[in-house]
Amino acid sequence: MGKECLVEMKKISKSFGGVHALTNMDFEINKGVIHALIGENGAGKSTLMKILSGAYVEDSGKILFEGKEKKGTSPKISMDAGISVIYQEFMLAPHLTVAENIFIDRLSEKSGIINWKKMRNDAKKILKEVGFEDIDPNAKVGELSIAYQQIVEICKSLSRNAKVLILDEPSAVLTFNEIQKLFTLLRKLKKEGMGIVYISHRLEELFELCDNITVMKDGYYVGSYSIDEINKSELIEKMVGRELKSLYPKRNAKIGEVILEVENLNAGKMVRDVSFVVKKGEVLGFGGLVGAGRTETLRAVFGVDKKDGGKIILKGKEVDLKTPHEAVKNKIGLLAEDRKQQGVLLEMPIRYNVTLSIINKVSKYGIINHKKDKSFAENILKKVTAKYGKIDDHVDSLSGGNQQKVALAKWLAADCELIILDEPTRGVDVGAKAEIYKNINDLAEAGAAIVMISSEMDELLNMSDRIIVMRQGRVTGELENNHLKDVDIMKLCVEE
Amino acid sequence: MKKDSILNMIKKYNTYIILIICILACIVVSPDFLTLTNIINIVKQYAGLTVIALGMLFVIMTGGIDLSVGSYVALGSVTVAIFLTKGMSVPIAVLLTLCIGVLGGTFTGILVAKIKMPPFIVTMAMMTVIKGIAFMLSNGSPIKTPLNTIGILGKGKIGVIPYLVILAVIVVLISAFIIRNTSFGRIIMAIGSNEKCVLLSGIQVPYYKIAAYIISAVCAVLGGIMAASRTAVGTPLYGTGLELDAIAACVIGGASLNGGEGSAIKTVVGVLILALIGNIMNLLSVPSYPQDVIKGAIIIISILIQIFTSERKKTV
Repeated sequence: MGKECLVEMKKISKSFGGVHALTNMDFEINKGVIHALIGENGAGKSTLMKILSGAYVEDSGKILFEGKEKKGTSPKISMDAGISVIYQEFMLAPHLTVAENIFIDRLSEKSGIINWKKMRNDAKKILKEVGFEDIDPNAKVGELSIAYQQIVEICKSLSRNAKVLILDEPSAVLTFNEIQKLFTLLRKLKKEGMGIVYISHRLEELFELCDNITVMKDGYYVGSYSIDEINKSELIEKMVGRELKSLYPKRNAKIGEVILEVENLNAGKMVRDVSFVVKKGEVLGFGGLVGAGRTETLRAVFGVDKKDGGKIILKGKEVDLKTPHEAVKNKIGLLAEDRKQQGVLLEMPIRYNVTLSIINKVSKYGIINHKKDKSFAENILKKVTAKYGKIDDHVDSLSGGNQQKVALAKWLAADCELIILDEPTRGVDVGAKAEIYKNINDLAEAGAAIVMISSEMDELLNMSDRIIVMRQGRVTGELENNHLKDVDIMKLCVEE
Repeated sequence: MKKDSILNMIKKYNTYIILIICILACIVVSPDFLTLTNIINIVKQYAGLTVIALGMLFVIMTGGIDLSVGSYVALGSVTVAIFLTKGMSVPIAVLLTLCIGVLGGTFTGILVAKIKMPPFIVTMAMMTVIKGIAFMLSNGSPIKTPLNTIGILGKGKIGVIPYLVILAVIVVLISAFIIRNTSFGRIIMAIGSNEKCVLLSGIQVPYYKIAAYIISAVCAVLGGIMAASRTAVGTPLYGTGLELDAIAACVIGGASLNGGEGSAIKTVVGVLILALIGNIMNLLSVPSYPQDVIKGAIIIISILIQIFTSERKKTV
């Protein structure tokens, strides 16, 4: 069987602002091969696939579709070349039927009139081909299970004569049986000559399903391996092995009494029996892959999401925090993961942001003392070394790092005893990162208890006193940070 | 450099520039425009809309909308007239009428902020509900207010300035103060800018939103009382379509319907722009149906000017 190359990506580079997401990345997709693409969060897998699907334009490099160089970039060009991506969030219209979704871009012939019968039969045919005759083409997609929705997505790709199918973490939402069904389908498609890219954090699966594995790290190509020539621990090492930089200032915090104790917390689908404690002056890291339930856990603690069970004990007293308001009253602060959507008021003055949660401290009878407001904000911003023009400039005039410092300043202002940081340095350049780490250290030294969720292994290992690792909503391990290595954590992140 | 600073000036003061253009147009069109009587007449006629638009502004700043204000105007005029015919004193009648606004606003606010229903739908439903109540209470016919009661407010003046205008100015000043100088105003604005962020900052967002709907309803009821005082009659026919004028005034005044932006003074300028457009057409004796078309077109044009000159960056 001759190797037929469907897609060749050569020396692809892409940067966002000053951040290099991809550097000289090579990648190949061959006919009739299931190719795994792995790497840590932020290694550049999604960026690479988005370039392939035409959502992003590469800065440099070449892409060949079946030997012919691609000209221009658009989702249409990639689709016409037979590239089809199935993202974690499905691109389906939940209120439309299965058949309508499969043929969403070709509902009718030129006349503009839909031939319902033909469409239904065509849909039925495709569903039969993939071995899922039990899906009714007339069913509303929103009423199907997640697994079946995924099948509909795949059918949609097939109906467009896809030659390359890219699946981004397809198994994350599926049960064991559903995964087996998916695998059977993928093997069938492979036999028929489809080139498949399978992105997953579950290493076990890769050995079961894939033929080749390409490892990425920090936007670089690490290597491609045939599945028989590599084992799991080697793979983990390849994914994480890197030298640590001296980004991290020293911390001299005295770890004191327990501030927060969480017992058997359950919330929604993503948080299962989570327990942990965090002490005064301590930085407790939360490791795990994206979607492991870390954000959801801390959101439930902070009173954003509803809790379904479990105890939260704050300084020895059981509390029931139903809203963020109650959490803040109990001196808890949360630096949200999505800065622009949840962390700052982008189109409002910097000082409004800093004093937002303590507005009553700078007002009397509800009337703001603007002078006090200003000097209060300026003081706090000095502490977090934020750089800005005027204190009344809008936050969106600042760099990402300084925006984050403004968001952090809000909790400094509120004098919190417990601060939850969700990906505190996401989208922040390296220089500002070091300063934010310094801010975190200052907070801990001043006696705050800090919970830090981070998907960056370096950050987690260098900043945390202890690390909790979560996977699929559960705590899989708690590690004292005595010279911990990436591998120790990675092992707990991925399914054994 | 100089060109830039001129452009910035235009951006910053675009609402005022539109107002000046309107004033100049009025002066050119009619020599009668600049007479004191004409100006006082215009201002008095639009004092009610000013109050209503300012109430609306609070809701719009949170990112919501209140389509029921026109109906509250009708209800306000009817109830105050009924209370007065029952022999209540003016202050008590007015106070009780305002309380109706508080009740209605609270109800709307709870549906929007607590139950999280879309404000457009809730207030549209409230529009019919409130209008219907106004018709029920009045049996559909105008109710005359007793002599020497609320009519004094409508007719009276200090020097040449009518009471109604003074009342509107007071409401403007209070609104401007609340928006600029109180924590309430700042939080209302912040909610419109980014509700999630405000909620995560530990602020009880629902209460602030409910308060905004209460302010809107109370202002509208006050507008109804003012209408009744001007004509000495309360009728369910008042206020029809006024919600659109109020929204237009806010938006012409630079408020964003996405929330987070708004100014009391500029909203007044928005009302004045609407007033002058109406006045020019009256002076030119344009018949009333074309007037509606022209008014609508001018609203669109002035908002287009706002969009093209605004500093707001486009976010996809």
